[in-house]
Amino acid sequence: MSLKSSARQVDGITVLDLSGRITLGEGSVVLRDTIREVLGKGEKKILLNLGDVTYIDSSGIGELVSAFTAVRKEGGELKLLNLTKKVHDLLQITKLYTVFDVKDDEASAISSFTK
Amino acid sequence: MATRVAYTLDSTLDSVNMVEQTAEQLAIKAGFSEEDLHKITMSVREAAVNAVLHGNAYDPGKKITVAYETTQDTLAITISDEGKGLDPGTLPDPLAEENLLKTSGRGIFLIRSFMDEVKIRELHPGTEIKLVKHMSAPETGAKEQ
Repeated sequence: MSLKSSARQVDGITVLDLSGRITLGEGSVVLRDTIREVLGKGEKKILLNLGDVTYIDSSGIGELVSAFTAVRKEGGELKLLNLTKKVHDLLQITKLYTVFDVKDDEASAISSFTK
Repeated sequence: MATRVAYTLDSTLDSVNMVEQTAEQLAIKAGFSEEDLHKITMSVREAAVNAVLHGNAYDPGKKITVAYETTQDTLAITISDEGKGLDPGTLPDPLAEENLLKTSGRGIFLIRSFMDEVKIRELHPGTEIKLVKHMSAPETGAKEQ
């Protein structure tokens, strides 16, 4: 199963609901293209909902880091929502949990963005 | 009694997926826990990606070989490529502050975190990596080999 992405707007925040696998190849490319498209539209506050992401490999981790730095470079914010235990553990092991702003609840995640 | 099966595969992403799926099937058959299953499949995927991408660089003239060996309480996967070789001593620490935001360089680290034993051998040319997972691991993390 490859990665699927759908975007919605909540209070000026772009929420990207992702489902599937973020792995080397198609999954990573879908994430990269999605972030590029969103930034291209001038939307710089992005919440990545990873609740239905079943698997991320090291390439996928790299793509998340790349998205984070790309958004930050544009002066925006990128946060992560609804990590599965597997993804949570992966970010802990790689110390990226300290880099990303990770949220468990969409409403509080939305309100945490800089107004 | 040990069971061994080996494949020679093209340097493609399809091969990576096949190597991962075969490892998953064998790990399920062997009775590994859900958590170990994820650690095994992810490690095998990372090793296969290294062989195909960093080792053979998708060269259609170069192959990867994969051998799976199962015993009553152990699954061992050996993956080799025909690439330029890998010196594990030169790999940067992905947990170092200056490397945290790098977009690559975490594969071997994850493999070592998830498997019980990891052996990397230079083949001149190429690299061989052997991953071992025991059914009831006495401790977490790979022993240095």
